[in-house]
Amino acid sequence: MTVNRFLISALSLAVTLAGAMTPAQAQTGPLRIEITEGVIEPLPFAVPDFVDEGGAGDYARNIARVIASDLSGTGLFREIPREAHIARVSSFDSSIGYEDWKAINAQAVITGAVTVSGDRIVVKFRLFDVFSGQQLGEGLQFAGTTQTWRRMAHKVADAAYSRITGEGGYFDSRVVFVSESGPKNQRLKRLAVMDYDGANVQYLTDSSSIVLAPRFSPSGDRILYTSYASGFPRITLMDVGSLRTQSLAEQEGTMTFAPRFSPDGSRVVFSLERGGNSDLYMLDIGSGGLQQLTNAPSIETAPSFSPDGSQIVFESDRSGTQQLYIMPASGGEGRRVSGGQGRYGTPVWSPRGDMIAFTKQHQGRFHIGVMRTDGSEERLLTASFLDEGPTWAPNGRVIMFTRETSGAGGEAALYSVDISGRNLRQIPTEGAASDPAWSPLLP
Amino acid sequence: MMTLLPKALLLVAVFGLAACNNPDRFGAGGAGAGAGGAGGMNGGFVDTTGLGDPNDPASIAYFNQRVGDRVLFPVDQHTLTDQGRQVLSGQAQWLMANSSYAVIIEGHADEQGTREYNLSLGARRAAAVQNYLISQGVPAGRMRTVSYGKERPIEVCSTEACYSQNRRSVTVLSMGAGA
Repeated sequence: MTVNRFLISALSLAVTLAGAMTPAQAQTGPLRIEITEGVIEPLPFAVPDFVDEGGAGDYARNIARVIASDLSGTGLFREIPREAHIARVSSFDSSIGYEDWKAINAQAVITGAVTVSGDRIVVKFRLFDVFSGQQLGEGLQFAGTTQTWRRMAHKVADAAYSRITGEGGYFDSRVVFVSESGPKNQRLKRLAVMDYDGANVQYLTDSSSIVLAPRFSPSGDRILYTSYASGFPRITLMDVGSLRTQSLAEQEGTMTFAPRFSPDGSRVVFSLERGGNSDLYMLDIGSGGLQQLTNAPSIETAPSFSPDGSQIVFESDRSGTQQLYIMPASGGEGRRVSGGQGRYGTPVWSPRGDMIAFTKQHQGRFHIGVMRTDGSEERLLTASFLDEGPTWAPNGRVIMFTRETSGAGGEAALYSVDISGRNLRQIPTEGAASDPAWSPLLP
Repeated sequence: MMTLLPKALLLVAVFGLAACNNPDRFGAGGAGAGAGGAGGMNGGFVDTTGLGDPNDPASIAYFNQRVGDRVLFPVDQHTLTDQGRQVLSGQAQWLMANSSYAVIIEGHADEQGTREYNLSLGARRAAAVQNYLISQGVPAGRMRTVSYGKERPIEVCSTEACYSQNRRSVTVLSMGAGA
């Protein structure tokens, strides 16, 4: 992944998002969305085509379209189509004419300008709170290569989303997943990465051996996954830039799977199976040092670190059915956190640390759900024949997962849903897809 | 990586291709016999080490069809049924009489479960089979286990009729690497 660095204007980042929020938080007016309460009536906004300040061509329009798609895709915002716009924005620095936007009930307006010179592109934007008649936060400017134009649109959308919701953004992020093809009994699987919205797919492996459940490193530069390249499941580390791979924790006669990085990226927690029994282990990537964390005849798998690195949530069938447990990162017995009826698996700690997402099986249905880390306030967000494997958006407000349909023609696809349970959406992918894992927000 | 491919997997690939292209290749036994392997996924390898004549009691084809290469399991269980033990006793006798074959025992699960759990469950099933074969005198050193979880169903419908066939172990033979 050749990630181009963005030159963000000095003016811009000096103005923190927290500072930018002040006007919106102070008012009780329209430009404020509380995500946790869910939104029944999405906030109407407008994104006129950006102004071409030189050589911008299609970018001026395409960038506005991606921004609008990002915001609309959250379900929290509703775009007012261009045909309804009264005002025309022909200059980035002139006043936007609030009355014209009020007349069509646009509560937020994003204006911008694009300059392209060679393969360099510069994108500027401003966000306006129409009903209070003022700009919301400072204007920002992003610069990079034209190849990264979608990322710049995502950055603009992230900034607007943050200023209006008070939450971190998540649009400028990637998702690693398993691309699937072929019939159900002969499925071909390969690793791929894409933008969070399904664009810019790149394949990381061929489909010569089964690959499962990839996970991004905290800095997004490496991927852990389970590969059958040796003929046996092995946790494998890939450098995303070079695509070089390395098998980890190789021990004759064992099977390793379900790896995840520690929050500092230096260690891997995973399941190691020996003689039919799966336990949790920790591997120090640098030294190769291996530490056993659980020692029980039951199945211990699907471990996930707390964001501060001090604890691990995992699933175990020690009680007779799959349930969720939390133990210190150094290992130990763990305390059970899932208490409802049914079976609980694949727990994932939210990046904010406040919740755990999981897969639940109950009465023949699968659900994606969330609960507090003490097991309280369990909430099921989805229900289907087969939903599994949640992954958190970088802001901890959206979850992506695998949904598989039943029967001989059953296929897997990626879906996302708000933690409020609203806004269930399928992520467009070329073919069938499974096992998504969200990257952190890109720098 | 390819050099790490055990020879056994090449044979698995043969089984998988056979299962895919011509289910009746093994004779009147039908689609099931000998086609339970999880292979067919390992690139362009086609090992011509033959399955042999099913009438030859020392052939892989005989083992797959007459002795029975697989054992089925109840929902979410890895304990062997009486029928399973009977098949495995036959496998053990055959393996003792044909000591030049090495063995990979595959464990599989149906699709009703999460990916990770099913990997663990398949591993339990493969280990249960291995332990039984050891108890019947097959040297542990001839056998390896691998779990495919729910990755390689042999039947594709989403009802118990298919699930019951997918909750299986498959004993896959390979020539030349034996004790």
